[in-house]
Amino acid sequence: MIEVLDAGPRSLLMDLGRSGWSHIGVGPSGAFDRAALRLANRLVGNRESAPCIETLGGGLRLKFHEPTVISITGAMGEFTKLTDGRSTTCSRNAPVDVAANDVVIITPPSSGLRSYLAIRGGINVEPTLGSASTDTLAGIGPDPLSAGAELRTAQLQIAQPPIDLAVRRSTEGPIHVIQGPRWDWFTNTAHALLQSQPWTVSPVSDRIGIRLDGAELQRSIVNRELPSEPMVTGAIQVPPSGLPVILGPDRPTTGGYPVIAVVIDAHLDRLAQLTAGEKIRFKVTRLD
Amino acid sequence: MISDIRAMGDRALLLAAKHPAGVAATITDLNFPGVIEAVPAAETVLVSFDSTCDRTRLQRAISELDDIAAASKTNAHIVIPVTYDGEDLHDVAELNNLTIAEVIQIHSTATYTVAFCGFAPGFAYLQGLDDRLLTPRLSTPRPRVPAGAVAIADKWSAVYPRESPGGWRLLGHTTTQLFDLSAERPALLAPGDTVDFTVAAPTESQR
Repeated sequence: MIEVLDAGPRSLLMDLGRSGWSHIGVGPSGAFDRAALRLANRLVGNRESAPCIETLGGGLRLKFHEPTVISITGAMGEFTKLTDGRSTTCSRNAPVDVAANDVVIITPPSSGLRSYLAIRGGINVEPTLGSASTDTLAGIGPDPLSAGAELRTAQLQIAQPPIDLAVRRSTEGPIHVIQGPRWDWFTNTAHALLQSQPWTVSPVSDRIGIRLDGAELQRSIVNRELPSEPMVTGAIQVPPSGLPVILGPDRPTTGGYPVIAVVIDAHLDRLAQLTAGEKIRFKVTRLD
Repeated sequence: MISDIRAMGDRALLLAAKHPAGVAATITDLNFPGVIEAVPAAETVLVSFDSTCDRTRLQRAISELDDIAAASKTNAHIVIPVTYDGEDLHDVAELNNLTIAEVIQIHSTATYTVAFCGFAPGFAYLQGLDDRLLTPRLSTPRPRVPAGAVAIADKWSAVYPRESPGGWRLLGHTTTQLFDLSAERPALLAPGDTVDFTVAAPTESQR
């Protein structure tokens, strides 16, 4: 059994989400940084889709009542393990042995925002519509973790961990986007501004959407509103304020604001690690 | 023929359609390799796919489809009994120069079709509202609309699947459950389904 001593700022159970329910108004949810969740599971020899803990920043404290192997991925930095009151600094992106009664503490990351903690065997969660993930907008899936919660492991392990250190690819450079379906609703100035200015990540960002601050994007079509359209994760919606919102995995399934551009699938995971105040740039690319 | 097909990122296409629910059902029936889901909305359909999908071939297959309200074999007809006791009945009647009895009669006579779902799990946008009831949404949404509230806004009708904020005009309520995660069909109403509202027998307190 694993006991939550402190859930930190926000800790949620996540797997790779539930697809195929948008037509009844249920979005995908799932790990915001999908590659980090997959890696965390691989490092402890789990199926890539096994449920993990997605935690914001630092503060999560877990007490392990049985020995096991864990890994922490996503945001960069280290973490702390307490054994009989003795503190050890441990590496992320590597499998780490945990003894009975050890306490694991997620310390504030040196960069990035969301960390993924995998436990050998995976966390035992009753799936909702085929997924263990908590959808914070729809209110579907398990409750957010809170102090006193008890987690149990499942049997989702495969072989022994095949690697013991993973090098994560660089996340430098602009975020690549493709012109959105309503690109033509915006002025040429807005098209240029989308790429030319550095955008500041707003502190009111969450799993539903990453809000950006900067110079407003002006519409060229102003005399009509858009009927509700289906949305995707990574869609950059522009509400009347002119300040874009990049939709995250807990987004609504439909939306009424025009989408100027859409983040390419390969860059979606980077959105999970953006911190408030960080500057980002977009580069408009073409489909192959 | 479907001619307006746009990229929605590199893992989805967005197409314009006169009959989004029918087109979405037709695309689902194609069982095209790599397609995850076809999702209708008011005037568009989103087709999402994974990395194994041949986008060019998918786009060609979609462009050859007929834009018709093709009834899917899975469509259901659902009858929802409504107690017409909503807070906005009086205003809806007044705004449309009708009596309350006429509002109830008009709303419960039409047959509706689920155009699409959105806003919240199981929230179905029902088309088929009689022109005499077209009413703009509230200028200030209510912070709390109860589950089962039967409402109209603009050209749509809907039933709130659970308590939420909302700006639609409340005509009444139903005890029918709209969203149940333990059911085989979690959402009672899915795109393409048809719906009749019937006047429920008055409750004790109303007699």
